[in-house]
Amino acid sequence: MHDKPPAPKSAAPQGVGARVPRKEDIRHLMGKGQFVGDMSMPGLCEVAFLRSPLAHATLDRIDVPESLAGKVFTREHMQVRDIVADSTLPTYQRSAQPPLASGKVRFVGEPIAMAVAASRAEAEDLIEELNVDYGELPVYANTESALAATDHLVHEEWRDNVFVTLKADRDFDVAAINAPVIVRRRVELARQCMVPMEGKAVLAYWDHRDDQLVVVSATQVPHMIRTGLAECLEMDQTKIRVISPDVGGAFGYKCVLQQEEVCIAWLAKTYKRPFRYLEDRREHLIAGANTREHSYDMTAYADRDGRLLALDAHIVIDGGAYSVWPFTIGLEPGQATGNLPGPYDFQRYRCLTQCVATNKPGFVPYRGVARTGVCFAIELMMDAIAAEVGREPWDVRLLNLVKPEQMPYVNVANKHFDSGDYPASLRRALEMIDAPAIRARQAHAERDGRLIGLGVATYTEQSAHGTSVFAAWGTPVIPGYDQAGVKVTPDGGLEIRVGVHSHGQGMETTFAQIANEILGVDVENIRVIHGDTGQTPFSTGTYASRSLVMSGGAVAQACKELAPRILHIGAHLLKAELSTAELRAGAVWAGDNSVGIRDVAQAWYINPQTLPANAHVGGLETTVGYKPKVDSGAFTYATHAAVVAVDPGTGEVEILDYVVVEDCGTMVNPMVVEGQTFGGIAQGLGTALYEETPYDENAQPLASTFADYVMPGATEVPHIRIDHFETPSPHTEFGAKGMGEGGAIAPPAVIYNAVNDVLRRLNAPVVNRTPLTPARLRHALAGANSAAADAVATHSAPSATVQAEVEAQS
Amino acid sequence: MKAARFDYSCPVTLSDALASLQGAEAVAKPMAGSQSLGPMLNLRLARPPAVVDVSRVAEMRQVERRGDRLRVGAAVTHAEIEDGVHELLRGHPMQHVAQRIAYRAVRNRGTLGGSLAHADPAADWVVVCAGLDARIEIAGPQQAVRHESVQQFMAGAYTTSLQEGELIVAVDVPAFSADSRFGYYKFCRKTGEFAEASCVAWFDPASRTARIVLGAIDATPRSLTALAHACAKTGRSAVTAASIRSAVAHALPEKDDVERHLYETAVTRCLDQALNGASPVAEPSFERKASEIAP
Repeated sequence: MHDKPPAPKSAAPQGVGARVPRKEDIRHLMGKGQFVGDMSMPGLCEVAFLRSPLAHATLDRIDVPESLAGKVFTREHMQVRDIVADSTLPTYQRSAQPPLASGKVRFVGEPIAMAVAASRAEAEDLIEELNVDYGELPVYANTESALAATDHLVHEEWRDNVFVTLKADRDFDVAAINAPVIVRRRVELARQCMVPMEGKAVLAYWDHRDDQLVVVSATQVPHMIRTGLAECLEMDQTKIRVISPDVGGAFGYKCVLQQEEVCIAWLAKTYKRPFRYLEDRREHLIAGANTREHSYDMTAYADRDGRLLALDAHIVIDGGAYSVWPFTIGLEPGQATGNLPGPYDFQRYRCLTQCVATNKPGFVPYRGVARTGVCFAIELMMDAIAAEVGREPWDVRLLNLVKPEQMPYVNVANKHFDSGDYPASLRRALEMIDAPAIRARQAHAERDGRLIGLGVATYTEQSAHGTSVFAAWGTPVIPGYDQAGVKVTPDGGLEIRVGVHSHGQGMETTFAQIANEILGVDVENIRVIHGDTGQTPFSTGTYASRSLVMSGGAVAQACKELAPRILHIGAHLLKAELSTAELRAGAVWAGDNSVGIRDVAQAWYINPQTLPANAHVGGLETTVGYKPKVDSGAFTYATHAAVVAVDPGTGEVEILDYVVVEDCGTMVNPMVVEGQTFGGIAQGLGTALYEETPYDENAQPLASTFADYVMPGATEVPHIRIDHFETPSPHTEFGAKGMGEGGAIAPPAVIYNAVNDVLRRLNAPVVNRTPLTPARLRHALAGANSAAADAVATHSAPSATVQAEVEAQS
Repeated sequence: MKAARFDYSCPVTLSDALASLQGAEAVAKPMAGSQSLGPMLNLRLARPPAVVDVSRVAEMRQVERRGDRLRVGAAVTHAEIEDGVHELLRGHPMQHVAQRIAYRAVRNRGTLGGSLAHADPAADWVVVCAGLDARIEIAGPQQAVRHESVQQFMAGAYTTSLQEGELIVAVDVPAFSADSRFGYYKFCRKTGEFAEASCVAWFDPASRTARIVLGAIDATPRSLTALAHACAKTGRSAVTAASIRSAVAHALPEKDDVERHLYETAVTRCLDQALNGASPVAEPSFERKASEIAP
């Protein structure tokens, strides 16, 4: 009892701020992760879907041969509710998404029927035996045609093909703006897929012992899926358990209730046997082409120094055919309208955002959500203003960025920026990239004939926004207090139970670090349990960069609740006055004597006769709920800067240098923060340079394999240099903020600003549509004024341009 | 998607392979590395009732010298050429081409004959064999054997003269001598992808050969005959921006200026290697990146 506490297994620090190697890595590196595709069960049937080859058509007849009865199912067989996401946003029209198409199909790839067999190949053979008669309807392959439609709407009962229209107007009065500089720009982002390495994956079975439907699904939000399935299947939640195992990437694709989850769950509930569906790559590239497609028409009013006086914008989002549950499609226009002003200080703002229904897969929020699009829009606009007034892009930004002395700052879209120094991040990024040296380099021709460009982008990332924000968006499920359970095991370890799900964020490590920081237990002895509704307290789950702040905060609170109980028992075991005792390094100390947490646990669990008489009856475990004092979001921010080399012979862009200066408050594990940043940037570069699902006039997707859908690989993602600021949030535990999405927000803006730096020097039209394929860049370069191109070698400082910039056709 | 059902056989001799392909009822498709046919099977775009795996046919895996030419077995993999497994191909331009085809995983299985039989217009071997004036050796029923150039063999994208029961068994290419010059440039959007434009140049004074061939043009590769002859006659001085632009315009009348610019770049860089460079081919773009971090 008075033995020295066992030496910590690791001498290196393990608490908040430590670069602890991730515990989850070993199983993934060894190929021992357990994904839905790894599971095997007796009697498991595989499922294949018949998916619509047409984008908009009535389902006149589905012919299921007699021989396939009991093996093939359509909507008619299923007694379930459609997926309906309601929103209280004004003008919102709701869509009903059937688990299998009913009456008509609304996008290529929409599931119409499902077949079950012993193997996926055999299930696909069954699908081929089905005959479907379609009645063709006019197809809305883009927002223009959808907006113009008056009948044969995507959803016939609607007024028009618009999910929702949002308006913001803050003191916007054109007459009152005396702006000598007016800049108009249009930017567009292409539709793309998220392409997680593992697609959708769901296995469901009936557990006869628990008399319960068990749904094992690669999801970010197991508790919400449980709620959603209970509604659709009309079951009590106690009869459903959702387990999310290892997940091979999600990024938002898996934070909504999926049609396929409803289908597989229904099969298992109805037939009391196990069924599994694994989305393959072709299905993902066709039915998962569901994100990023925005257009922005903006007019910026500025003074001759480039100070932004007012911004007017019209945003159109191609929402596809259905609104997701539970976030609703309203999330995207809401985020767009609210975040377009970016980190800038200006007072007049008007924004009209339309989210349009078309015959494409329903829009799903992807890492960064609308912030990638709005960053692209506002940052290209900032460079356009700079070009117009003849100043460097960073000088114009420094003029307009919210300053640290203005914090906390409520911006023109009512975003509450809590803390930070945005201008310092830009200055540091310029220092890291050595902007003056790049400008000097640009004055001379390159040996290999390539053209050098420099671009910057600064953004804020609203993270861990909570109840008040989601309530304003009026979504069906609103996040509240996240709960965490912490329990000391009889041998002095910890079990942490959280309702979020870790699938790349490193929470099995970072939550252990948080507990280590407060209770001193070795990270190796801390187990984080997540993903299973049967084992964890409720949380809406992992999305919107919220888990570390919300769930991590709850873990911290739970540990803080246990600390005095441990101290109390430990002091008693030491026969010391409570006031002289201290919890430190995983032990209770009084003077030179100590007892480990293990000894305290032994007392509680095994030798209660040694406990103090008034020991807390809650013992060594507790579950607490938490949310930050201010729940409108902890605003992380960053500046990215990049140097590119453009090959005029091919239109290829090579990134020579890429730097990030980011501030996510206190970092629990800087290595995890950096890993998230690298991954986000890789995806952002995909959006900027490679990824696109083009459609023809019949809304047929034209990139259904990786031969046509190009993604950045190891040779395309450059070495990235990161510097950190740590301005603690005043509102969260440890001052941490969320940051998982930031990396995916800035790259398109940075890359395009860098390339446009090249194009402006050539008097070539600038580029404004993603992705920047070599073909698009070659077209822009072909528009260069040849005298200016020749003069590249004797380049001087950018001169003011009087005419409006011409935009490249592509 | 999963492939539809098919029968599979794996002969190890050429006569067995041909017999399987020329067998009675079912039409059988030959498959070597499955790097082209495999995805088509998996997408159910190809549904042959039977597949004959020829990747282990011994006679198709050899490389032999025939005078001043080399006969390369059709089932030799890109990786074997890359790794110099066959001594006769070490240092040969084909080795430099092989090491940049797709990804290593693809190269481990993809074959010379398989690539030509698939006839993807953007494939490396399609344009390189056209540039080297290779002869494709095709075995057919009743021990028939015929030889064709790439431009005779390939009618268009994915379209060849191969009939049922026929099999590419070897490809005959020139040996590389100290006086010959080779250049190959391809532009890929991303390392490992198919080319969007490519060009091969092959000059061999000994056999009085001069060839410049454009590839990845969505059609059978096209020769820039006049430019090749001009280069052979007057060397570097025949190569100017204007002569290249004119040659490409003549060869690609169906493409617009911006598209042609990419092919002009390919020809320029290919000829730069062949006529100016010390090494037969330029470094791959990812090697070049490392050297350009600082000015």
